[in-house]
Amino acid sequence: MRTLRLQDIVRRSFFFALVLLVLSIAVNLILQPNLLQSDTLNSNMRVFLPLILVAVGQAVVILAGGIDISVGSILSIVNALLATQIGPKGDTGAAWVMLLVALLVGMAAGAVNGFFVSILRLQPIITTYATGFLFGGLALFILPNPGGGIPASFTSFYRETTPLGLPLAFYLIGLIMLAWYTIRQTRYGRYLFAVGGKADAAYETGVPVNRVQFSTYVISGLMAAAGGIAITLLTGSGNATIGASITLTSITAVVIGGTALRGGIGGIGGAIMGAIILGLVTNIISFANIDTWWQTFVNASIIVLALAAPGFINLVRRQRI
Amino acid sequence: MRRLASLRPSLAGSGPSAPVAAVLLAVVLFLLSGFLPNGFGSDASIAFAQATNILRLSVFLGVIAAGQTLVITSGGEGIDLSQGAVVTLTAIITYTIANGQNGNVPLALLAALVAGAIVGFVNGLGIIFLRISPLVMTLGMAGVVTGTILIFTKGATTGAVAPIMTQLIARPVFLGIPGAIIIWVIFGVLMWLLMERTTFGKNLFAIGTNRVTAKLSGVNVTGMVLGTYALAGLLAGLGGFLVVGNTGVVHIRIGDPFLFPSIAAVAVGGTLLTGGKGSYLGTMAGALVLTLITSLLTTMQMPESVREMVLGGTLLAMVSIYGRQRGFRQ
Repeated sequence: MRTLRLQDIVRRSFFFALVLLVLSIAVNLILQPNLLQSDTLNSNMRVFLPLILVAVGQAVVILAGGIDISVGSILSIVNALLATQIGPKGDTGAAWVMLLVALLVGMAAGAVNGFFVSILRLQPIITTYATGFLFGGLALFILPNPGGGIPASFTSFYRETTPLGLPLAFYLIGLIMLAWYTIRQTRYGRYLFAVGGKADAAYETGVPVNRVQFSTYVISGLMAAAGGIAITLLTGSGNATIGASITLTSITAVVIGGTALRGGIGGIGGAIMGAIILGLVTNIISFANIDTWWQTFVNASIIVLALAAPGFINLVRRQRI
Repeated sequence: MRRLASLRPSLAGSGPSAPVAAVLLAVVLFLLSGFLPNGFGSDASIAFAQATNILRLSVFLGVIAAGQTLVITSGGEGIDLSQGAVVTLTAIITYTIANGQNGNVPLALLAALVAGAIVGFVNGLGIIFLRISPLVMTLGMAGVVTGTILIFTKGATTGAVAPIMTQLIARPVFLGIPGAIIIWVIFGVLMWLLMERTTFGKNLFAIGTNRVTAKLSGVNVTGMVLGTYALAGLLAGLGGFLVVGNTGVVHIRIGDPFLFPSIAAVAVGGTLLTGGKGSYLGTMAGALVLTLITSLLTTMQMPESVREMVLGGTLLAMVSIYGRQRGFRQ
């Protein structure tokens, strides 16, 4: 076993995200000293979880050289579906079945994306933008006006479950990282990076490029559905446009996490960190007593600086040589 | 240079080229819409009026999508997600500076163009020097621009468009044709000249196809990328000026509805989203088709859910016809 040296960590794609994460936790801690207490931690993490789940799926697609602009709409479909089909007074047993159905719907939506991108070979960004409209329309069709809901027992389970005093989200993140670590050891894991790095070369060395690309969209659909479940459990109500803003945020989270948009470099650990960083920045802004009219500007500027910093470091380094 | 342009692989494959297909679709859809209960039926003058109106509405998306065409053609995953915010910013600038006075219009136009160009230039700086993906760089800048708007306006805008703007943009000026359409035709010719008949255009296609070879053949890639994004910002600024001239009022989200349709118009027009291949003529056709479908669905009083699904389905169908990429086996 190789000893882990500092240099190895510095060179990893998520290194910068790790630095940012530590920095944003530190700043947040100064402004909100009880940040790491069980209650506060849980109330933060349960809000961050939907974005974390969506960003993980987005990271897998982007790693394999694609992009998924439809995730927000998939999340909306799931939210609309759960809020209308379960209902605030719904039966618990039937509700569990619906959660399962929701995951399948997400995978089906992902399969539609995968079909157009990998079989028909359409450009991912415009395809998923178009299917995003289809799915968004479907969500509005299911639930034209905000309403519906899920039983209170479900929301309180999501909000208050903290095994060993740690938020539910931590266990889910642990599970996802374990799954990711396992996948990376398999042939499929290597295929993911190969397809994202250079699809033509991967094809010529016998990688089933189409099937790998297809699978990433199914994974992304599944994770978007999981995000939809999480956001429904969080809010307890239905709104067919709830996912609209999460799509572009998930891409930002993936990029801050060190995954290259052209594919082939990165991982989902970074995406999770990216999602948490974005949540913490919002936290920091609200706790720093920044004037309401300045908040959007400050938030966006921090994101641009976070995106710019690695490039800036490289620029300085290049000029020194 | 004329020879070079003809050597470039044309978009026309086996079927009709993208712009032609899009315009044909628009014409067929429009004629079919005459059969709707509240359609124009057999009255040619009403049909002409409706066609003119839809064409006029396409102008704004068309002009805004011009910058999008340039950045997408420039390759390197080029895209500009800051356009919606820039349109809002420049519409507000125009509204505030014009302040109802015809004499202020040149200054308002200049300010809108410069503001747009500055935002575009900053996009270019981040993309070329800091190596930030265009998608996230322009997305981030969209947030910064929106934030700047909020700081300065605090949600409320004061001002007014000048009478001459409404006269030139929204009203008929020549043979019953609204000024916006005439502006668009002239604009289209200029865009065609820029892309097909200038060194800038030649270099644009060169960096869009392959930046390394372009650089080795002596193209100033850095300058081209900076210039392209600045120009795209400037054109979005022009879009903002025209939009507010048409509506006469401004609000803090006026540019948002143009952002994603501007990308869709480019894609429907047959421009490759991977860069190196495209035409503004296609984008014009794309803007026309999208505007037509949207206004038809509104006329038919479809619920928003159906409108979104039809729009998504059409887009998918259009892209499926000629937006397919090369397979690995070929």
